[in-house]
Amino acid sequence: MSGPDTMPDFRPDPATMTAEALAAAFRDGTTTASANVAATLARIARVDGAVNAFTDVLAERAGARAAALDAARARGEPCGPLAGVPFAVKNLFDIAGLPTRAGSKINRDRAPAARDGAVVRRMEAAGAILVGGLNMGEYAYDFTGENVHDGPTRNPHDLGRMSGGSSGGSGGAIGAGLVPIALGSDTNGSIRVPSAFCGCFGLKPTYGRLTRAGSFPFVGSLDHLGPMARSVTDLALSYDAMQGPDPDDPVATTRAAEAALPGLGEGLGGLRVAVAGGYFARGGDAEAFVAVAKVAQALGATRSIEIPEAARARAAAYLITAAEGAALHLDRMRTRGHDFDPAVRDRLIAGAMIPAPLVERAQRFRRWYRSAVLDLFREVDVILAPATPCRAPRSGQTTFVLDGVTLPVRANIGVFTQPISFIGLPVVAVPVRLDDGLPLGVQVIAAPWREDLALRVAYQLERDGIVRAPVANL
Amino acid sequence: MSEPNDPPRGGLDAYIDAAAGLLAIPLDPAWIGAIGSNLAVLRAAAAHVAEFPLPDEAEAAPVYEA
Repeated sequence: MSGPDTMPDFRPDPATMTAEALAAAFRDGTTTASANVAATLARIARVDGAVNAFTDVLAERAGARAAALDAARARGEPCGPLAGVPFAVKNLFDIAGLPTRAGSKINRDRAPAARDGAVVRRMEAAGAILVGGLNMGEYAYDFTGENVHDGPTRNPHDLGRMSGGSSGGSGGAIGAGLVPIALGSDTNGSIRVPSAFCGCFGLKPTYGRLTRAGSFPFVGSLDHLGPMARSVTDLALSYDAMQGPDPDDPVATTRAAEAALPGLGEGLGGLRVAVAGGYFARGGDAEAFVAVAKVAQALGATRSIEIPEAARARAAAYLITAAEGAALHLDRMRTRGHDFDPAVRDRLIAGAMIPAPLVERAQRFRRWYRSAVLDLFREVDVILAPATPCRAPRSGQTTFVLDGVTLPVRANIGVFTQPISFIGLPVVAVPVRLDDGLPLGVQVIAAPWREDLALRVAYQLERDGIVRAPVANL
Repeated sequence: MSEPNDPPRGGLDAYIDAAAGLLAIPLDPAWIGAIGSNLAVLRAAAAHVAEFPLPDEAEAAPVYEA
């Protein structure tokens, strides 16, 4: 069996290598899974004190898993497309042996998870190696990446700035080059916002595409899981590994897996791409729209399209989130009110007090809105929109000025993501660099079940150098 | 969007007190101000949604699917 001591000239560098490259190096014997894990743990130890992305580092488990993979390869056994690739998960994913804290203090009293969450098991079945759990906003009710219990995840590109949330640790870990793939969840923007702020790629698949079994919920009718990475190929590799029906999630699709990786390089090939106008072209810093224009120009997209009633969709998503989230947490509000993050608790209690007819009205509107937006996809294949209205705000910042209006940061970071996840559309968030400053994100939005199109467009943009996810200089 | 971000809280404190009793959520008096601010934002969002005319036949999806 080969080992790192027999390959003195090769040092797997998780700070610069993609999952694709690490898996290839494992397959051809250039590296071992153990060397990959050792390098990852060393970088986490060196860098994460500044970023605070990890809440749990699973050194023993990852080492054992890596040794098993190395042994399997030595025996000539097939090891999967992600063999030898370290990854980490937002700490709302079940990790066997740990209580699933979901960013909270309260959940630390839960019994340890008996087994890993479904997509964690699928990632490991493809050969990936779980190295840890990642910081997040409490109970995923967050866009900032701040956490009163575990401290904020800091933006790796500027440690004085927000990582974005609620998958803040996932964005921080990718931006800091701690792991090549991190899993997050997205209810109203919680993959896309930290992807934008931390300058990485993020995939929020179609609602129901990836099983959520074995993850701590937030808003059942809006919750999605998905990967974040520094390359589109890595998104596709992990997305493909996680697809497939699962009776343990009541909304998981019964569709067979539809692999995205084989079609990534098909190019634009006549795809009709439009820029979202109206609501999505105002209410943000000018540079948010410059980023969209840069992507649109690269794609040759000149058409603008209006997503109808987007502001109302956001308001409806806001209501449903508060009400469903409150229903989930009602017993904890009754018994553990003082143990919540106050900002989360006060929103949840208010959510519990919304009269039911108002929430039902939002759900009825949702069906109308879904139908109206799906009509747009008769005319276009892909829609572009900003991911956030601005670059990452300063840590602790409570208000910002958008279009001359002072607004609360927490409630308004997701202004462009909420109307899209509200009806479960698949989105790839792509990182745009306009200058030497912080990155911005652009949403590449497709029709339901057409993740392949969003990924194809993102891949073309990456290949053309329009979008990229360099590791922060830490 | 027309959703105000700091809308007036008129009349909400009495409602919060009554609703907390109905829901059996013990409230620390120090929380009521922030709960009221959040409820005012939710009320404004609900009003914005409700302004949109929907026919009686427009039912919510019984199982939400994308």
